[in-house]
Amino acid sequence: MSELSEIDAFEIQLSEVDYIADRSLASSLLLMKKLERPLLLEGEAGVGKTEISRALSNVFDCPLIRLQCYEGLDVNTTVYEWNYQHQLLAIKLMEQGDFNLEIADKQIFSEKYLLRRPLLQAISQAKAPVLLIDEIDRADEEFEAYLLEILSDFQVSIPELGTLKAVSKPYVILTSNGTRELSDALRRRCLYHYVDYPSFDRELRIVNTRLPNIGQQLSRQIVAFVESLRRIDLRKNPGVAETLDWAAALMCLDINSLDDNLDAIRDSLMCLLKTQEDREALDDVTIERMVGKAI
Amino acid sequence: MSINTLNESNNSSIVDILQERMVEFVQLARNNGFQAGISEAINAQLIAYTFNITDLKHLRWGLRSLLCSNQNDWNRFETLFNTYWFPVTKQLTRSESVASAPVGERKLISSGMNIAKGVASDVDQNVQGDGEDAGNGGVREGASCHENLTRSDFQFISDTDQMHQMDNLIDDLAKKMRRRMIRRQKIKLKGRNIDLRRTLRNSLRYGGIPLKLKYKQKRKNQPRLLILIDVSRSMSLYSYVFLRFAHGIVNTFRDTDAFAFHTRMVHISNALQQPNLTKVKKKLSLISSGWSGGTRIGKCFESFLNNYNHRLNSNTVVIIISDGLDTGEPQLLGRQLEIIKNRCRKLIWLNPLLGRPDYKVKTNSMLAALPYIDLFASAHNLESLCNLETEFIRV
Repeated sequence: MSELSEIDAFEIQLSEVDYIADRSLASSLLLMKKLERPLLLEGEAGVGKTEISRALSNVFDCPLIRLQCYEGLDVNTTVYEWNYQHQLLAIKLMEQGDFNLEIADKQIFSEKYLLRRPLLQAISQAKAPVLLIDEIDRADEEFEAYLLEILSDFQVSIPELGTLKAVSKPYVILTSNGTRELSDALRRRCLYHYVDYPSFDRELRIVNTRLPNIGQQLSRQIVAFVESLRRIDLRKNPGVAETLDWAAALMCLDINSLDDNLDAIRDSLMCLLKTQEDREALDDVTIERMVGKAI
Repeated sequence: MSINTLNESNNSSIVDILQERMVEFVQLARNNGFQAGISEAINAQLIAYTFNITDLKHLRWGLRSLLCSNQNDWNRFETLFNTYWFPVTKQLTRSESVASAPVGERKLISSGMNIAKGVASDVDQNVQGDGEDAGNGGVREGASCHENLTRSDFQFISDTDQMHQMDNLIDDLAKKMRRRMIRRQKIKLKGRNIDLRRTLRNSLRYGGIPLKLKYKQKRKNQPRLLILIDVSRSMSLYSYVFLRFAHGIVNTFRDTDAFAFHTRMVHISNALQQPNLTKVKKKLSLISSGWSGGTRIGKCFESFLNNYNHRLNSNTVVIIISDGLDTGEPQLLGRQLEIIKNRCRKLIWLNPLLGRPDYKVKTNSMLAALPYIDLFASAHNLESLCNLETEFIRV
């Protein structure tokens, strides 16, 4: 049963670097490694999509290269750019001495003057890095299309230099929040995993792992409270990151149990509720009732 | 690693059968709208090989990661997997799950099952299909079905199957619109041009060497779209489709807002703003109390102007979808429309009744509104919605 333990072993490896993964997620990650295909992660904000790549880079002991996407992102900022200033200076210097057009041309467009941006960096490392392409849905369609070439062939073509092939294939993780529908072509090239909010037990383990000094009682109450919060229809549901923030905040306030100090809890709820609407939706009575349930 | 090595490593016939079954499963997935090509079929074999195939959980997870490409796929994968791998033992649950699958897939799942058993011939299936088609009015299969649906009046689309197809068509429409708009704008800004003037000015600092280049680029100018949908009773046959249309628009374009009105104006962008359709429906049903009642268009627009005035600017296209059957004062409506018209770039009024051959503008409200409308168009079928795209671009 060596294959079975492979997933288990991987899950343990992940938990050693403080990432408590669900087993199906561990299997998806393992698959990504085996099939050498990018993995597209979707899910609500704050369920730990970005965090996964950090954990992976720790497990594989390799660098993490992160590309944060935004509207208007283009090839020059993500793949490569010629170092114009450097090139111009070189030309000026060459003009002083012997000037041979052919040699100069070769020199000016050599790798020396190439600025490597994240994507090119990721495929030119001796040891395969983890490449995180965060919030791909924020980037434009044209960038998405460009990404297809890199993700399927792992090569970059630069007109002046030719095609640069990947030295090693990076582990690619893409995350998306669904602000825009991604193209089918991109989806096809990726494995897919939908990351859901963690179960009670898993979230409890996450809180206890990240904040070892927290008492068992408090951590249980916190997780139960957040879970019930997710069940009411909020504008923005609190994610795991918010749970951790809140737990840390409560620890700072020296609270040992949620019913200790309701005022303090109400004030610290800003860690969980990030919009005015949601804060108003939760009046004192509701909070009290939910605290009562969580204990 | 290829399939050949799989064969060599384990020669038993069970492996062959499993391989076949796996290929069939990938085909079934493809028939059910999953994005599963040949490379997926090969990778599925690899998954079966790498993971312990006897442990179903692992196979399930592995195939799920491989074959799914969005949340919708993710949610219905379970059904598909169970239908294929447990056809006999879970007979009961299977028939249930097939029944609860979205209608468009129902036949596909069952036809997939036929392939798996290797009994029903193509002819049989066709006969079955025809029988069903005849049962519910005709349009389902063949190349012409989209054509038919795009032209059929929304009010006649009643059965869930057509509704499902309509959903897909509307989604595609919104995506196509945005893609084209971006493309057209891109031709304008093709070639990030170097701004010579600024570059030369800057180069003075470095003794005439243009060390810092300056570029000029046209700003992307997408219009802001505001959609106001009439959800009164007279529109009830159409409002679902338009809400669906608004959902597509809100989720594809960046700067949009959607409102529903009857006797009040309700902001529904938040409810629409998520890809998951069932969630959207749930949220809409919460705020839809009082819908399908009377209409007071003028009053609604007044409150719209009071609350959302700031959303109107010279780059805004306002789309009103209403049949213009109004119980409020026509003068009020005219006044409000005049204000809106002055503050936005374009005012489009879509009237589903306009598609009817014998329709003439007779109601006072519609007559009062007409002078302020830039484009008065029909919106009774998908084709008329498609034609709108050019209007958006010409903003």
